[in-house]
Formats: sequence, structure tokens, C-alpha cells
Amino acid sequence: MPVPNSVDDVSTGLRSVGYLPGESTALVSYLAAKLGKPILVEGPAGVGKTELAKALAQYLDRTLVRLQCYEGLDEAKALYEWNYRKQLLRIQAEADGAGWQQVQDDIFGPEFLLQRPLMAAIAAEEPVVLLIDEIDKTDQEFEAMLLELLSDFQISIPELGRFEARTRPVVLLTSNNSRELTEALKRRCLYLWLDYPAIDHELAIVKLHTPDLDDAVARKLVEVIAMVRELDLKKPPSIAESIDWARALLLLGADDIDGQVFTETISVIVKHRTDLDVVAERVGVKLGVGAAASG
Amino acid sequence: MAGEGGSPPAGGRTPSSRRAALYGGGDPNAAPPGLSARILELGEELRGEGVAVGTSELLDAFAVLREVPWNEALDFKEALAATLAKSQEDRRVFDLVFDRFFFRAAEMAAVREGVTEGGGMDAAGAELNLETLRQQIAAALRDGQEALMRDLARLAIAAFGRQGEGSGVIGVDVQRIRRALGLRAEPQPDLSPDDPRAGGLPRDQIRRFEALLRQELERRQIERTESLPPARPLNELDRALPSGPLQDLAAVHRVVAQLKRRLKTQGHELRGHRRHAQVDVRRTMRASLQTGGVPVVLRFKPVRPRRPEIYVLCDVSTSVTSASVFFLSVLHALHDSFRKMRSFVFIERISEVTDVFERERSFKAVSEAIGRDAGVADVSGYTDYGRVWSEFAGLVEDELHPRATVIVLGDARTNGRDPRADVFARVAAQAGRTFWLNPEPRLYWNYGDSVIAAYERYCEAFECWTTGQLEDFVKALTRPAFRA
Repeated sequence: MPVPNSVDDVSTGLRSVGYLPGESTALVSYLAAKLGKPILVEGPAGVGKTELAKALAQYLDRTLVRLQCYEGLDEAKALYEWNYRKQLLRIQAEADGAGWQQVQDDIFGPEFLLQRPLMAAIAAEEPVVLLIDEIDKTDQEFEAMLLELLSDFQISIPELGRFEARTRPVVLLTSNNSRELTEALKRRCLYLWLDYPAIDHELAIVKLHTPDLDDAVARKLVEVIAMVRELDLKKPPSIAESIDWARALLLLGADDIDGQVFTETISVIVKHRTDLDVVAERVGVKLGVGAAASG
Repeated sequence: MAGEGGSPPAGGRTPSSRRAALYGGGDPNAAPPGLSARILELGEELRGEGVAVGTSELLDAFAVLREVPWNEALDFKEALAATLAKSQEDRRVFDLVFDRFFFRAAEMAAVREGVTEGGGMDAAGAELNLETLRQQIAAALRDGQEALMRDLARLAIAAFGRQGEGSGVIGVDVQRIRRALGLRAEPQPDLSPDDPRAGGLPRDQIRRFEALLRQELERRQIERTESLPPARPLNELDRALPSGPLQDLAAVHRVVAQLKRRLKTQGHELRGHRRHAQVDVRRTMRASLQTGGVPVVLRFKPVRPRRPEIYVLCDVSTSVTSASVFFLSVLHALHDSFRKMRSFVFIERISEVTDVFERERSFKAVSEAIGRDAGVADVSGYTDYGRVWSEFAGLVEDELHPRATVIVLGDARTNGRDPRADVFARVAAQAGRTFWLNPEPRLYWNYGDSVIAAYERYCEAFECWTTGQLEDFVKALTRPAFRA
């Protein structure tokens, strides 16, 4: 289990597992691992927020515990729940023999506790990477519930008492910024804003995932993607979609992105009918003209 | 606290000793004495610009600075940003404040005395020889050396700034310096072949260098005027709504992005009201286990914030058309905050445009389409409120109910026709809430042919001619209604 000693260690480590971190990404990851503080990662959809957690887990050789958030998520699904069916069975099984006191002591023991992701992350024997995905989808009460966990790495269970972490997990919270998170939560985290990568950075990412793609095509691809992101779209293409597109082009054996290839494969990167029109009009025309001039 | 002038906790230390503290050698892992005080001052300054920096953030900042070599400019800044600036807007303010705070004072001396940051260049050899400087910059661009480019940008401004004062417009200065340096993307065959510019420079790098120049010039401007350029994106938005030629949709979306985030965070005061709450069976059952299976404590499903049904009527006669289209765009971009939304435009008659916004993405197309549709609504070109109310009532009468909200945007100038406030009153009585947005300042209300007083009795009237006012209104709109 590697322990990073410098920002460069983290940077190389993440690279070695196929994630090309930006400068601040590596730095903040390093600080988080070193100081044991959670990272709040914000940014548009599809810039690799979740991927970062996966890569960190792989690099640090830890298990990834993932909690996907959604509206209405509550502690019973995130923290722990009493396995009340089992408790009832126990009560029934012991109804005759044991006294009430004994049964009551028994049924609120760890044996009847169902561990949910947050609890599992804390109780793990080996340190883990905990990913709390799309925290902005939950409501504020849930955020408040996380505070104890994030600052002290402990959980209070009324019937059992305090449950402290055996190991310190590396915690990542991701947010699409669809609502302002509370100050209290932000206060406990390091903040990392991930944006769409610069052209060269994205080129490196695409090359990493599709090493067989022709250099010229790859460069043109990221340039087109950058152009498309400039437009006012409902859903700009993510990094994952650039990679998908690169794979598609590779499969098709395209040796250039001209007007025709572009129109045929555009649906890989643009997923809204109205967006399709905008992109065809603004970028497609440019490519068509470019092909006519050069060929 | 821009320059050397007032730095109280640094005490009696001279500028040169502070520079030694910032740039000097010594143990790289021990922060220099006095840096803690500076960090506190930085925090203070950030608070002054509206960034919420608490004690715990500052403690974190000290903690991370123990892990990061403080003389690596980029790491130092990123580490501080990760702990002090916790949103994108805060980050923008942080960048400006940070630059103003840390590097201005040392910079002039650094250029003068050839002191550089880690990874930088040896400035002693540069000596502001213009031709050498050109070569060095071109070489740095070609090789993409970031730290070097930053230092060279400063030198370039120092060198070319001297040949006549800056124009005051940053964009102009950037281009002037770029031309003076002869930085071009296309090959320049008339230069000697060992000149790095001869083969043309990477376009990205030139752009990057321009950005650095711009940043540097901005910093100088900040220092000169001792104030931040419009730092908060909100200030930018608090301008008058478009009244002349139409602005681009991106501007609308910027307003909307802000609004959306605000809308999502409010409405929580509602949760807690139990009157209409539904019992959550699963949670109640779970709670009942503690009482031996008897549900003593009821658990409720959380109350969600209200999403109103909205009917918007917009005047699109020439006097208010831009404000109307802008307003409609904002509402439609927000449509997922509302359960249902129908929009109408009117001049003399009324015409529904709901699907125009679902179809068109660009602001221009929308306004053209509305122009076409409004043609249907326009006969004489004069607004006829009386007729509009009657037609509107006919169209939606069956659908209006106490949970619906009606919003009218118009200047209430009837051109002398009958205002028919009685029909308006009937509509207002059927709907739960009725708002009137007037794009004219309150000062002009009820002057000339404006009859807003007649309608104001039946609705809440707002003046709405800046984006700030618009935002206030949308807040009021999604806030739960407290009717007597």
C-alpha cells in the first residue's frame, strides 16, 4: 500500500493507473492523503470527478467504497440500519426462555447492525477510499449528518454509542454544483474545481485510452471537441465522450475528421436534438469547408 | 493592502527583509517567520471581498503549508486556494486578491535585482535587451515552459511599457506587446533560421502568453487603482436588463445559472411544517422497534419545496419587447423549477409561445420567432390591455386554480383604451397569486397613459429593470405564499 511522499509521487501514481491529473488535482489529492481531510470536487458533468476517486483507490491500493447520493437518501441507507427482521426472529426465538433484559441487550448488538456504505468505510480493517458521489443531490439534513463523519471520522449510534474509525479513509465528495452546499460542509473539506482540460491535456488523455489512433486525427478530435464545448449547448461533451468518439473513429478506421465522418459520428458526442442542430450548423460547416479547401 | 505601504503585522521589518522572507533560501520546509501573519492578513483581505474565511479554514491553510514547499509559487497558491476558496466565484476573487497581496511588492525588486522564483529564468543575463528578450520569449513559447513564460511576461511589460505609457485598455496593450515581440503562429522565413520564431510558434502557447500578459497588466491596474476590477460575477449581472439590441443567450444563461443555484438552496424553511406531511411507513416501522413494535412516534415524509404552475403574459410592443424576451428566456431556462409553465405574448391580441422556447435554443432565434408570432397578436401596433385580459381569461379560465401563478410583464400603457381592470380582477381572483412586473422605474408609473394603479389593487407590482430586481422577483416567486 503506497504512501505518497510528495505531489510528484501522487502525480506519477495516478498516471500509472491511467488517470492524467492536472496540477492542482495531484496537489489536492496529496494534501488530502497527508492531512486526512476530505476533498470536495466540483465541476461540470464528465470531467472525471468520479474517475479521480477510482484512480486514487487503485493507486493507493485501497478498496473503493461508493455512496451514490440521490434525493431522499437517508441515514438508514447511508449509515446503518438495524436488521429488524432478524431482531424480531431473535425475540420470537427467545420469547420463552430468556428474560427481557437479556433479549434487549442482545438485539442491539453489532450482530444486528446492517452496515451501509459510510459505516462500512469507517469499520473497514484496511483503509479505504470513500466516494460520496453527487452530494448536491441530497438535502441539507443529510449534509448535516455527514459533518460528524467528515471531521472526526466517527458515527454515533444511539443504542451502541460512538463508533470510531479504525483507519482513516481518503474521502472524496463530488458535486455538479446544482445547489450551493452548506458552509459547514465546505469548511471541513479541501476544495478542488475540475474543469474541462486544456487541449494538450485532453489530447494526452485520449492518446492514453486509444493509443492506436492516428496522431493527427486525435489532435483534430480534441480541437473539434473544444470548439463544440465553446457553443451554448444543453449538454457539452464530456471527456468520456471524447474517448468514446476516439474509439468510434478507430473502429471506423477514419483517417481524417471531415464533414462526412463528422456527421456520421456526431451522435457519439452530442446527445440532444437541439444541440445536434447547433453543432451541425456551427462546427459541421466549418469542417465541411475545411475539407473542401484542403482536398 | 496592495503594496508595500500598510502591512501592520509584518511590523518594523524592511521591504528587503520581507523579500528575503518570501524568496530567500534556508530550510525549504520551515515557513519563514512572518508568513503566518501574512496568511492571516490574506484571510482578512479575502473576508473584506466577501469570501467566507473562517478560523478553521485558516488553520487548514497553515496545515497544508506544512506539506507544500512554500517557495514553489504554483503549489503554494493552489494549496491555499484549496483551503480558503470553496466555490468557483470565491476562487476568482482569491486569484485576484492573492496576486495583489503576495507578488506585487516583491516583483519590481525581483526584476531589478534578478531574483527569480523556483524554476524561473536567470534574469541577470536578460538586462532588458529587447532583441534577446524577443528570442527568449519565443524560445520559452516554443518549449512551453510555464514558469519561465510568467517571468518573461513581466519583463516584457517592464520593457515595452517603458516605450510610452500603456493605453489604459488592457486588450490593446496585450496586442501591442505581442506585435512588438513579433510572436506569430505562421512561419516567418525572413528571420534567421536559428531564430525560434522562424518556424512559427504554437498557437496555444501564444494564447497562453497573451493570457499571462493580460493577467499581469490586470494586476498592475489593480495596484494603480487600489481596487479590484468588478470582482464578483454578481456585480456584472446587476446591470440594466437589455433594452436596446438583443444580447446573446450566454448572458441570459449566466443570470440563470446564478438564479438556479439560489432557488435550489431556498425553500427549506418549509420542511418542518407537518400539517400536510405524509406518514413515512418504513421509517415509522423502524422507529417503532424501540417501543416493541408499537408505533408511538410517527415519522413523516419530508415536505418538498413548492414548484408553482406559471402563466406568463408578456407585452411585446416595441417599448418593452427586449425586456420581455429576456424575461421569458430566463423563466424558460428555469422551467424545471416550475411544475408547469405556459407563456403568452401580446400586443393588441394574445398569442401563446410556450413551444417556441422548447424548440429554439438561441436567443436570437427566439426573439425572431416571437416577432413572427407577435405579428399575429399585432393589428394596430398599440397595446390593448382590455382585449388581452378577455382573451386570456377565455384561454385559460378552466385551468386557473389557487395553486397557479400569473405573471404579467408590461408597462401598463393602454394608449387611452379601456384598461378593463374588472376582467383582470377576475383572473387574479381565480389564480393563487398574481404578479405584475413593470420594466419602467417606479418614478414613471401612472404618468401619461400608464394605468398601473388600476391593476395594482389586484396584484403585487414590482419594478423590474435590472437583473438584480429580476432575481429578487424570482425569489419571491418560488417562496411559499403567505396569504392572509
